[in-house]
Amino acid sequence: MGAGTRALDLKRLPGFGATAWFCLALLYAPIAVLVVFSFNASRSVTVWSEFSLSWYGKAIANTGIQQAAANSLKVAVVAMLAATVVATAAALATARGQRFRGDATAYLVINLPLIVPEIVTAVATLSFFALIGLSLGLGNVMLAHTVFCIPFAYLPIRARLEGMDRALEEAAADLYATPWHVFRRIILPLLAPGIVAGAMLAFIVSLDDYIITAMVAGAGQTTLPVYIYSQIRQGVTPEINAVSTILLMVSILFVSLSFVIGRKQR
Amino acid sequence: MVAGATAVPGAGEAALPGATGTRLLLLGPALGIVVLVGILPLGIILVYSFLTPGTFGGVVWKFSAEAYAQFLFDRDFLDDSLTFNAAYLGIFGRSLVQAGVATAACLLVGFPTAYFMATRPPATRNAWVFLITVPFWTNLLIRTVCMLLILRDEGLINNALVGAGLISTPIVMLYTDFAIGLGLMYSYLPFMVLPLYASLEKLDFRLVEAAYDLYAGRWRALTRIIIPLARPGIVAGCLLVFIPSLGAFLAPDLLGGGKHLMIGNLIQLQFASSRNWPFGSAAAMILLAAVLLALMLYVRTAAPRQRARP
Repeated sequence: MGAGTRALDLKRLPGFGATAWFCLALLYAPIAVLVVFSFNASRSVTVWSEFSLSWYGKAIANTGIQQAAANSLKVAVVAMLAATVVATAAALATARGQRFRGDATAYLVINLPLIVPEIVTAVATLSFFALIGLSLGLGNVMLAHTVFCIPFAYLPIRARLEGMDRALEEAAADLYATPWHVFRRIILPLLAPGIVAGAMLAFIVSLDDYIITAMVAGAGQTTLPVYIYSQIRQGVTPEINAVSTILLMVSILFVSLSFVIGRKQR
Repeated sequence: MVAGATAVPGAGEAALPGATGTRLLLLGPALGIVVLVGILPLGIILVYSFLTPGTFGGVVWKFSAEAYAQFLFDRDFLDDSLTFNAAYLGIFGRSLVQAGVATAACLLVGFPTAYFMATRPPATRNAWVFLITVPFWTNLLIRTVCMLLILRDEGLINNALVGAGLISTPIVMLYTDFAIGLGLMYSYLPFMVLPLYASLEKLDFRLVEAAYDLYAGRWRALTRIIIPLARPGIVAGCLLVFIPSLGAFLAPDLLGGGKHLMIGNLIQLQFASSRNWPFGSAAAMILLAAVLLALMLYVRTAAPRQRARP
């Protein structure tokens, strides 16, 4: 510090800036191509003719896509709600007060879905459902999604909880607030940004999942990613570009919101 | 619960949750779901990997180590003799190589990127973090499809090169090992940049300054000061790229065209079309073992050093 421009200059390493911009281009250029060609008038997804919204119209009118979108939304909402509720409770139990025996184990178990490769989770869940004969239709998919959504909801909530000032709760307790009151009036409002951020992340990881859904879902339980995958196998069409773009925009919107809310009042 | 809440202020027991009972009640649902639907199924496929395949998928409850033997040997139809077959071992080897190359490529691009981000002013820094975070959370299937659009014979790169008159016939990029590697790198690049950034952001630049004062050149300062200090981030980033790359399904499936299988595709095939659940379970167990081994190495090498730091 202190040395002003000199210090800044010392930090510079040749070629690093160029690499950073290259990295950004690498991450975004392919997405940009997909989005641009979803507005292409012709059937080609690589040769530009003229601007058109027709593929969006076709995609929205497609009953297969409508059905898949409805399924995706149902699964994502249920998985998000279930994961957020149980993750909030778990975060309250693990992040506060004195450490108890098994704390580390509980943390590991909750985050385990992040460690196990998705394909392994997919076949294991399929085997499990087949073995116990569970056939709740879309309910099977919702249950499978809830499991891997839990750590995504848990981590931001726990992080928020750990950064919170304990003095407020203590003050409330000193002023004869009941534990429920302290929770309802102090902890919950302060924790809300973490809960919302966690819920949004849970929502998008559910919305984006392909492999676990593909393994677990039966006929008529197609979600959007599963639909897109099955269409891609038969060739890429601008209609798929259009649906993909919509799905991308939903993800980007939710990540952005989660980013903004999660950072608020930090 | 009430008793806990009214404890002496500052005793670290202000409000929720009080007694161990409350804690268990709060932890119960999350742990219950993960254990029942997340961990128990892993036990089931461990058992399945030692059973006999059913004719139409599923398993027959009869012990057999055939699934693991099949990984290394072919059983002769006529005389039941075993001959060594390196095909499946090759798939596992390819997965390791692909994941390793993708990790190295991510590190090569990710380290300068993270360093550049960490040396920006705070406002610009946040913008960069946001821009790297967005792809991290965007649909992996769609991002892989984007790569497919670019790499195809009639894709953007080939069209541009042919259009510019540089080449007459398209370069075949899709359905090659190169396409898979690029796809993996593209998929998991943010997983490398973010932990590296977290490490580099905390870097004490006075140490770098001291190195320069002691006549170190940029290269020396980088290799002797910056890289060693960023080690926890490097190790974490490599792990976060290597693990999902090793078990990747979408990149090898869509960009490899089913010709260049990785272990993730092998597992999927056994449960989908080949209908050999025990063999698929065995392959899943081997993948899981490889991942756990990588994690254990991480805990052994990185964690003590992290703790030792002030």
